Amino acid sequence: MKRLILALCLIAAPVMAVQPDEVLDDPALETRARAISAGLRCLVCRNESIDDSNAELARDLRLLVRERLVAGDSDADAVAFIVDRYGEYVLLKPQSGGANVLLWLAGPIMLGVGVLMAALYLRGRAGAIEPEVARLSQAEEDRLREILKD
Amino acid sequence: MITELGHFALILAFLVACCQATIPLIGAYRRWPGWMALAEPAATLQFLLTAVAFGALMWAFVTSDFSLRLVVLNSHTDKPMLYKITGVWGNHEGSMLLWVLIVTLFGGAVAWFGTNLPPTLRARVLSVQAMIGVAFFAFILLTSNPFLRMAVPPFNGQDLNPLLQDPGLAFHPPFLYLGYVGLSMTFSFAVAALIEGRVDAAWGRWVRPYTLAAWIFLTIGIGLGSWWAYYELGWGGFWFWDPVENASFMPWLIAAALLHSAIVVEKRESLKSWTILLAILAFGFSMVGAFITRSGVLTSVHAFATDPERGVFLLGILAVFMAGALTLFAARASVMQAKGVFSVLSRESMLVLNNILLAVACFVVFIGTIWPLVAELFFDRKLSVGAPFFNAAFSPFMAGLGLVLPIGAMLPWKRATLGRVLRQLAPVFVLAVAVAAFAWALQSGRSALGPLGLFFAAWLIGGAGVDLWSRTGLGQGRFGRLTRLPRADWGKAVAHGGLGVTMAGIAAMMAWQAEDIRVLEVGQQFELSGYGLRLDEVHPEQGPNYMATKATFTLSKNGQVIAEMFPEKRVYPVAGMPTTEAALNNGFLRDIYVVIGDPQEGGGWAVRSYYKPLANWIWGGTILMALGGCLSLSDRRYRVAAGARKLPAGVPAE
Repeated sequence: MKRLILALCLIAAPVMAVQPDEVLDDPALETRARAISAGLRCLVCRNESIDDSNAELARDLRLLVRERLVAGDSDADAVAFIVDRYGEYVLLKPQSGGANVLLWLAGPIMLGVGVLMAALYLRGRAGAIEPEVARLSQAEEDRLREILKD
Repeated sequence: MITELGHFALILAFLVACCQATIPLIGAYRRWPGWMALAEPAATLQFLLTAVAFGALMWAFVTSDFSLRLVVLNSHTDKPMLYKITGVWGNHEGSMLLWVLIVTLFGGAVAWFGTNLPPTLRARVLSVQAMIGVAFFAFILLTSNPFLRMAVPPFNGQDLNPLLQDPGLAFHPPFLYLGYVGLSMTFSFAVAALIEGRVDAAWGRWVRPYTLAAWIFLTIGIGLGSWWAYYELGWGGFWFWDPVENASFMPWLIAAALLHSAIVVEKRESLKSWTILLAILAFGFSMVGAFITRSGVLTSVHAFATDPERGVFLLGILAVFMAGALTLFAARASVMQAKGVFSVLSRESMLVLNNILLAVACFVVFIGTIWPLVAELFFDRKLSVGAPFFNAAFSPFMAGLGLVLPIGAMLPWKRATLGRVLRQLAPVFVLAVAVAAFAWALQSGRSALGPLGLFFAAWLIGGAGVDLWSRTGLGQGRFGRLTRLPRADWGKAVAHGGLGVTMAGIAAMMAWQAEDIRVLEVGQQFELSGYGLRLDEVHPEQGPNYMATKATFTLSKNGQVIAEMFPEKRVYPVAGMPTTEAALNNGFLRDIYVVIGDPQEGGGWAVRSYYKPLANWIWGGTILMALGGCLSLSDRRYRVAAGARKLPAGVPAE
């Protein structure tokens, strides 16, 4: 039974995200490697970073990042190294150059538009005159006085 | 036989929906009472027929009827009964059937409980609701029929995705659908009001309960989903900014904006056209969600049944409903005249600010979600937009919201002066800053995120408390009056406090989490953030439809044993899939999270463990928000309004 389970484990191989044997000895380097890999996308997965992913490819990329760091690359160099080979698709945080300016500025622009429109609306509201409430007819006035008497 | 009955009932329900979508609408236009009155029995019948269809499908799953294609693909005789039942909606076809069942349920609710609605409005609301029904019935019958048979039934099924065989995820979809589809009700009300050309305080009062209910369900659904991700996926992440998650989050944000702007309509007869627009957009985002989940245009962790044909059909439904409603809006919005007059500094304008922040936040999520598609289509760039973007672009709006919330919640209606409110809130602000400074002093050289989170928690919770207290008036008996405050006031305070609790949980977890990855021999112990963890043993275990490797850990602090923990690694042979079952030791201030990994070549096991500060606050806050919603929903003014008609004429409702 136990052997069967072990065999199944190996076949299905749920390689856990970061493996103990990947961890670098230098804690400072390891922290940098973790931060970098949290921002890189696992290419064969659906929307997971290589830091979280169980895939083989993610493991290879994690090792590659660590190799670059050990070789003395700066964080930016290591990321550039990966982007050169796999394209900007690997970046979970899109670059701000080119058309991506739109993506990054969409929120602030919308906020500006919203605040401007709201300001115009609020000014209109503050200056508006309370609409005339239809006056009661004479008969209704009399009836009201009747009710209020008792 | 039962399957064919279910199929037949579904087709009948489609036909009933067709009648309900047209006849009452004509009746309302021509003022023919008989034609309008048709809506009520039709809505009931439509619900009953859909329920029969749903029941038939559930019966097929419960009895493991492998002549049904859907059952073969998603079930297995060894599966526990709970997951046979939840397997009904654990797939595309079944979940769409659940979706229309809820559409008809909400339609039925208006028919049964909406007796105090003006007859023309009621007929129109039910008609529009039936149009939504027609579209989705057609979608099911034409592209995703759950009642298809197999030519040669196999002996057993292919089992449900093991990740879905979990209590957290079993009830996550129904809640989400209740939320999504609840927003269809506000959509119907909005469109009916546009046709009617009338939006008044009464309309706001009818719409708010439905919005509130939809929002509560979405809150619970999203909370369940994120809780499931936290303990099931094996690294304790709780939110991934995945397209499908965003698909549920966008309607939540818009619904939150809507339920605040509906207050302004109800109490002050302003913001009418904006509220109508939000109601239309909220359901629009629900359908965008359905499209994203089921079309596969955006790759996602949880997309299921990705099929271009279905995607096109859903996009068609979305386009027709949004184009129709927005055209109607453009033509009729000018009719909605605002009545209330208020100055720039007032509760009304703070609610406008709330709406701007929530709507823009939703817009940012939307842009980020579809940007990979836009970039590829128009700029020929293949790129990803992931968590780092959303964390940077979305969070500032939430921070802004948290900052102004306690002030806005206490400003009086119409005309306000800041001074009074600020004086009342000053102690809370000082307290919040002190809490943040304390946290800042305790940590060394880490990001400001954690202290900021605690600041917001103290500010929001304290602000909610001051708000409640300020409503009790002056002098003797304030505590007594506190308990007699309207439930809506309590609901508001509890929900706003819940938001603070969630913010603290998220910030603390992101800032102060500690992680440990190592190889551990049986009998060895290691230290994690002041706690000792010892691996006692590892043994195989046999589950009903899986095999597991189960480890036993002893958790201790300062040599004192706190608990035993049993993380598992399971393999589901039928589906051929492994899953990790993390072991959690929940605490008020922290969770300890242990995952057992693979056996190592040189002996020992890979072990990952986490110290997760304030983890439970994330979901505790979510529960508080939902609870606040429930309190508001049970407020006297809705109950009185609902029962008003039943009182004999001439007797005042009070």
